Amino acid sequence: MKRAFPILGVLTAVLLSYGLYQALVAAPTEQTMGEVQRIFYYHVSSAWTAFLLFTINFIASVIYLIRRSPVADAVAVVTAEVGVVFCTVVLVTGPIWARPVWGIWWTWDVRLTSTLVLWLIYVSYLMLRRFSTSGQTPLLAAVLAVFGALDVPLVYFSIWFFRTQHPQPVIGGGGSIDSRMMHALLINWLAFLCFAFLICWSRYRLEVLRREVEEMQSQESMFEARGGR
Amino acid sequence: MSYLYAAFAATWIIHIAYLATLVRRYTQLRKEVEELKRK
Repeated sequence: MKRAFPILGVLTAVLLSYGLYQALVAAPTEQTMGEVQRIFYYHVSSAWTAFLLFTINFIASVIYLIRRSPVADAVAVVTAEVGVVFCTVVLVTGPIWARPVWGIWWTWDVRLTSTLVLWLIYVSYLMLRRFSTSGQTPLLAAVLAVFGALDVPLVYFSIWFFRTQHPQPVIGGGGSIDSRMMHALLINWLAFLCFAFLICWSRYRLEVLRREVEEMQSQESMFEARGGR
Repeated sequence: MSYLYAAFAATWIIHIAYLATLVRRYTQLRKEVEELKRK
């Protein structure tokens, strides 16, 4: 993996640059919203990436609950943290798009509110992991993650089940999209997936190192408790 | 246009800020490892 990391890094940088070109230049300008619609390429790509990361977090948490695997626990914490970063991008770019299009920054619409709740659930998950000193923290976090994941389909399908102000889904929503717009969206999503993978891998290595330090510190304190003999 | 650039800039500010926290945490952990090894 050490050799593949720089290659994937270069590939991701190329994809992100190409995605930016597609979003800002190559994709046609939408007729009613104009240039501001181009925010969609980052907003939707980030949302899909966050959903995928939270789904991996759910799977890893279930595996942890069944097998008590430390690797699954590490994957869960990594995907939750990186997922929160991508969800933050969604919650920031959404209002920046809404202001010129809807005339307001925010509305308590089902899609927007459920996304905010999703973000809050995973922020509380990370706070639990950060500040709890109980030995049961990974178990409690895994249970929270399983319940938190229930909000992911709610966010995604909310625009089908409820009357909302949010635009209808791009795929499976009955609407149509220009093929060049779809190309720009998919390129950006692929670029964000590669970027998310790289961040997750770096964060995973950090998590492994953090656990090693914790282990060394506990061994040291045991050694000191025995009088340093 | 300013909203468009604001959204793209905000996206990269968030990602770069997160990457900076990862670098800071990694540097801090490496220091702790070195200290523990010295003991």
